[in-house]
Formats: sequence, C-alpha cells, structure tokens
Amino acid sequence: MTSPAAREQVPLLSVRDLRVVFDVSGRPVTGVDSAGFDVRAGEVLAVVGESGSGKSVTAMSVLGLLPETATVTGSIRFDGVELTGRDDRAMRVVRGRRIAMIFQDPLAALNPTFTIGWQLAEALRATRPGIRGDQIRRASLDLLESVELGDAERRLRHCPHQLSGGQAQRVVIALALAGEPELLIADEPTTALDVTVQAEVLGLLRRLQHERRMTVMIITHDMGVVADIADRVVVMRSGAVVESGDVEQVFARPSAAYTADLLAAVPRLGSRGPAAERDGGRPLVQVEALTVEYGNLLRGTFRAVDGVDLRIDRGEILGLVGESGSGKTSIGRALIGLAPVSGGRVVLDGIDLRSASRSQRAGLRRRIGVVFQNPATSINPRYTVEQTVSEPLAVHRGLRGSELDQRVDRLLAAVGLGPTAGRSWRQRYPHELSGGQRQRVAIARAVALDPDLLIADEPTSALDVSVQAVVLDTFRELQERLGFACLFVSHDLAVVDELCDRVVVLQGGRVVESGERTAVLADPQQDYTRQLIASAPYPDPVIQRSRRAA
Amino acid sequence: MITGRTALRVGQRLLGLVVVFLGVTFVIYLMVFSLPGDPIRALGGDRPLTETVIANLRAEYHLDEPVGEQYLRFLGGLLHGDLGTSFTGRSVTEQLRERWPVTIVLALTAWVFEIVLGVGLGILAALRRGTVIDKGVLAATIVLSAIPVFVLGSVAQLVFGVRLGWFPVAGSREGWPISFILPGLVIAVFGLASVSRLTRGSMLEGLGADYVRTARSLGVPPRRVVGVHVLRNSLIPTVTYLGTDLGYLLGGTVIVEGIFNLPGVGNLLVTSIRAHEGPTVVGISTALIVIFLLTSLLVDLAHGLLDPRIRRG
Repeated sequence: MTSPAAREQVPLLSVRDLRVVFDVSGRPVTGVDSAGFDVRAGEVLAVVGESGSGKSVTAMSVLGLLPETATVTGSIRFDGVELTGRDDRAMRVVRGRRIAMIFQDPLAALNPTFTIGWQLAEALRATRPGIRGDQIRRASLDLLESVELGDAERRLRHCPHQLSGGQAQRVVIALALAGEPELLIADEPTTALDVTVQAEVLGLLRRLQHERRMTVMIITHDMGVVADIADRVVVMRSGAVVESGDVEQVFARPSAAYTADLLAAVPRLGSRGPAAERDGGRPLVQVEALTVEYGNLLRGTFRAVDGVDLRIDRGEILGLVGESGSGKTSIGRALIGLAPVSGGRVVLDGIDLRSASRSQRAGLRRRIGVVFQNPATSINPRYTVEQTVSEPLAVHRGLRGSELDQRVDRLLAAVGLGPTAGRSWRQRYPHELSGGQRQRVAIARAVALDPDLLIADEPTSALDVSVQAVVLDTFRELQERLGFACLFVSHDLAVVDELCDRVVVLQGGRVVESGERTAVLADPQQDYTRQLIASAPYPDPVIQRSRRAA
Repeated sequence: MITGRTALRVGQRLLGLVVVFLGVTFVIYLMVFSLPGDPIRALGGDRPLTETVIANLRAEYHLDEPVGEQYLRFLGGLLHGDLGTSFTGRSVTEQLRERWPVTIVLALTAWVFEIVLGVGLGILAALRRGTVIDKGVLAATIVLSAIPVFVLGSVAQLVFGVRLGWFPVAGSREGWPISFILPGLVIAVFGLASVSRLTRGSMLEGLGADYVRTARSLGVPPRRVVGVHVLRNSLIPTVTYLGTDLGYLLGGTVIVEGIFNLPGVGNLLVTSIRAHEGPTVVGISTALIVIFLLTSLLVDLAHGLLDPRIRRG
C-alpha cells in the first residue's frame, strides 16, 4: 500500500468511454453513451440523474451484473485492473470482496425464504473463503453490530418479512460489508425509505465510510441526498456525463445548463413566503374523531387512523404529511368511502357520510376527484387518453358527440396536452406516454367533472424532479382557475410547503400538529415535526452541513 | 412452532374439510343409487329370484329405505370405521385393506416420476429460456398430456412390453419397481406439462428477482444462486401443485390399474361399477376423497415450512 497522499493521485475506479447497448428484441437501445468519470480513493462520489439517465446501468456494469442482453464497451479500471471483458468467474473474485453493492428496495434485495443469519453466512462464505462455523457466527454478529441493528442474536433467526425497511437496508449493508470491500456502490439506497429512516441510513453510511476508509459511489436522483453525503458529483443525462466536480462548486456554480435546471426544479422548504388570508365560511370537509380499522375479529384489527380531526375549507389546499403507516392514505380513502370507518364522522358539505342516502353519496362522489401516486397503474392501459378523460363526462354528465369532444380538448389543454403538430395526444395509449404525461392525464380525468374537492395521494412521488416541477405548476394553475379544495397527501415537506395553505402532520394514525403552513413548517411546536423537517436533507451542501452540525 | 393462530387456521381448515366431505359423499351416494339396473336381481344372475327373496335382500341391505336414511346409516357406519358390506357379503373395509398397498405404491411411483421429470424439465427450460430445448420441452409435454391415458397405456405396453421387452406387459407378479415403472410413467406423463411449466415460470421469476442480484453482487457462484437461492422460492407454487396432484394421481390409478391389470383399489372400483356393487363404489370413493382432502391440508402445512411469511399467518 502506498501513502494516503499518493493513493489520492490514482483514482480507485476509472470509467472511460463506457457504452452499454441493450438488445431489446433485436433492436439496439443505448443505456449509457460514452460516459467517463473517476472515483478517488476515500471519497464519496454521487452520480445523479433522472430516470433513464443511465446512472444505475453504469453502476451495474462496474460489477458486471447487467443482463446478458447488454453489450458493454469502453474501459472500467479498478485499482489499475481492467474489469470490462472479464468473464463471470473472474468477476466473482472482485464482487463482494473488493467492490460491493447495496440496492434501492432493501426488502426485495433480501431472500424472503432464508433467515438473516443464513444470508449473512452465505455472504461471508462467498467473500471470505475458508471461513468456518463459529467464525461465521462471530463475524455475523460483528456485522450486525457495525450496522447498528440492535438485538443481533435474535435478528440472526429472523426472516426478512419481520424487518422494517430501514432494518432491512441495514442488513443489506451488513451483507455488503461482509467481504470488507474497498468500494461500496449504493444504488438509490434510501429512495424506498421514510425521511427519518433515510437520515439514519445516510448517517450510518457516512460513519462506515469514515471508519473503514471505504470509498463510496452513491447513485441517486435526490439532490438533498447529494448535498448531505457527497464530496464530488457526477451529473448524468441520457446516458452521458454532463458535468462533474466538487459538490459545493456544482451546487453553487453549475457549469451545465441541465444541472442548473435540475437544481432549480428541486422544491425547497421555506422558499415560499406567507400566503394571503382566506375567508372561512362553512368548511367543505369536516372530519371528527375519525377512526379507520383494517382486518377482522379472527385475525385481529389494525388501527390505521386513530381519532383524527381535520377540516378543509372551500378552495383551500390542505397538506397531509406523514411517513409510511401514518394513516394519511387511509384518511383520503375514508373521504371517498373506500376505507373501513369504525368511528367518528366525515361530513362533506354538510352531509354526514354515515347517514347519507345512496343517492346523496353518489352525488357527493361526483363532486370529488382523485389522483393517485402511480399513474401507470391508476389509468386503464387499454384506454386511449380520450377514453380515459371522457369516461366520467359520459357517465355522469351524459355528454356525447361534439360537446364531449370540446370538453375533452379543453381539459387536455388545461393540463398541457393541447393540440400538437404530431400525433394527437387524444389517440395515444398510456404506454406511449411518459410518467409525467400520464399523471397529467390522470389529473385531467380527476378534474373533468369540475369537482369541489380533489384528493391527491402523493401525485408526484413517482416522478422525476424536473417533471414534478412542471406537474406541480400545472396543478397550481388548475387549482387557481377552477378553485377546488384539495387534500394533498405527501411525504415531501418541501412540496407541501410550495403548494399548500394549511398542513396536518400525522404519526401512527394520530394528528401530531396542524395549522397554517408557515406556522407548522417554519416554527414547529412538536418534536416529531421538528424531526421530520430536520431529517429531510436540504438541497445545498453548505446549508446541509451546518444543519447536520446543529 | 405451533402458535394459537396456526392452531386456529388448522381448525378452520378441518371444519371446511368436514363440510366438503359430507357434500361430496352425499352426491356420490345419490349418483351410485340412481345408476340404471337392479343389483339385487343381478345377484341372481340368469336365474330369477322369487319376490320374497328379493324383498328380504332389500330389507337386509336397507334398500327399501329412503336414500337420505340410507346415507345417514352409511355415515353412522363410517364413524366405526365400517364402510359397509358389498352385495356379495364381503366387508368393503376388508377388500380395501388388501388392495391399498398396490395403489399407494403405484401413485407414489407416479408422483416421484412427476416430481423428478417435471421439476427437472422445468429448471432446464428456464435456464435455457427461448432455445430449442425450452420449446421442445413445452411441445413434448403438451402433446404427451393431450393423449388419452388408455391410448398411452396401450402404446407403452406394445412398445416397451411386447416389442422391446424391457418391462412386463401387465400384472404385478415381478413386484416393485419393475412392474410399476411403466404404469407409473403413464400416470405421471399427464402432469408433466403443468409441473414443468409451473417450475419454469417461477424459476424465471426467481432468476430476475432482486435477491438474486444481491447474491451475485456478493460473488456467490451461479450454480449455488440457482440451486439454493432461487430454487427454494421457486418451488413454493410447484409444491402446492404437486401436493394436490397426489390426490389426482390416486384417481389416475383407476384406469391405469385396469390397463396394466394391477390388483389395486382402482381395479376394484372399475369391476365394482360394472357389477353394480354400490356399497363398494361408495366406500372406495369415500376413501379417495378423504385422502384427497388430507393431502391438500398437508400441502397447506408444508407450504408454511418453505415460506416463512405464511408460517406467521
């Protein structure tokens, strides 16, 4: 080993002219197009980009884990040795022992049918040849301890389904550490996790990197994560590297226009000033002591919502914030009568849902629009855009012919899918649309009946930031023009801050804090709200560093 | 580990089992006793019986009672392990006891063939996805399962028994395994298409799973990834199928035992149907149903052993 100073001169990993082409049923599709960058020993390098930028494909090609349909050309040199062109047997010596990887969905990354102990033993056997029984057990316990998973003895006997997402990611990290690798590649390691858990996992990665003098290459779409953990940044777009440099420099003075756009699109907490006052009047939605329980007597019940009070005024956007399991989605479902309400009242425009007649319910439902998180599954894949948007109009309003046509045209124009020079949006199927376009179609369908209330359940969580920014703009414009009230369910405080008038913070089915947006987010009164705000990394390395120090 | 929840689940299943059992046996009872022909007159053969003898016999076998009452009497007998008495005066339970070993051995032989060949072909097809091997397995298994059992049985007898002389043409004189290989294969062939398709599908799903990527990223050798990491997950649906299929295999023995002249329960069932031996037919059917229901219960429990998520219920 050379001295630390000398080691920094030679990059640990050096990627040059990397090109990855996939054979998609006989047609070549380029995943990575002449990408090049260095990872220096001991640093944390973040590779950022939106979906389709080739960042994950790049990561997978380093370990030779791409499917057989992929052709990799160019050069990937690790510690002076060329990795491209090596066969699987030769790569196995590198995998786990010198370069290890952790993944986006930790629960899927673990084998559901084997215990944690078995999987750790398997990783140890694969990466430390010759290791024996009692050594395996001791090493397994050490690994679980180093990833701060408590009660390690008992955890060894557990199966993955008995772990939470955060715990599972700790186990995946422990597996990756089994072979004491020099380079850890983390592919969106916190994307599937709640913000408070994300903060813990990022903290753990930072500590491990420091203690073990490990080099980390983190793949992410989240500028907050980059600002939190990275020393240097590589920005990718459409398979190519558009910019790379120190994290402060890239955030403060991006050299590529794309980087600047990307940074501008990221919602920032506290960037919007206080909103104008609204007049009260009778609230459109009044929820009192709402309790929602799932399950049955035989299997036991689970209380998802536990005595929640909230109201939504006309024309108001109420942000419903919480982590997974907080009951935010169940409240939205209770408003449209899709959740098993076991207690409390839901009053919509003066009508109590419990005592409402069938026709009253139907009438109310017509006045509520819903947008779901994943447009890929909430839109019928066999319907054209036109069919999707016109269905509620034909069913509820009985519109036909040219009247229907004009209405659909107006709706599509309102969500930014107006007439184009090419093929009309109306005749396209969902698979011919991007994620953002699909979500616009879903929004157009939701507002087709000019609803009084729109329930939006994480409508932009599945979208890239730049797409999210545009969809949120569309949403805001529509809301101002049509004046509907909205229950905006989200885990993202910055998005809620940009869009909402009032905020309700939920934890474990109960309301922790509620009030005007500026009051709750700028001056939180409850510890949990403070913790949520502190956990979400701020997309600026300088500010984030001072927040972390505080 | 038996928890309260597991016990509750088994209890629920057992209750469902009783309901299904009562329904199915009653339907069989009705069907057998509405078959055309009079078993009592048939007893006499060509010699007509006097009316008094017929009336006495009817009373003895309770044939003069309404069907519902007869069925209840049958159930009462069942509680004492008595499946009734055939018109020739022999206890059905006795007859079954002699013949069960042959049928069980035959069904298990067929089952082993189905597991080894079906799972093997399925894994092969999955690993060689899209190649000639994959397509060949699909075509061959489907064609074979489309051929009626009696055609397949007779052809197998002709080719491997008569022409090649590898196996006995019929009978069980040469004992296990030689006498059971051919009939076992004929029964197993029918399930091969399903088992191999099922295994192939779940293997492919498993090969594409995230945890396979994890194992590969740690340098676990490919053979171990397929044979240990993937196989355990992928066998879960196959095990379910194979378990329920054991019941069908027992049914499959009925015809094949006839073709290969094996002295098993199936053979007895065929001859009993021909001879209008109502009590024997009902007795055998009842026994088959019980076995069928019990295997599906066992499959459910075995499932839990393979998949820890189900164990917790």
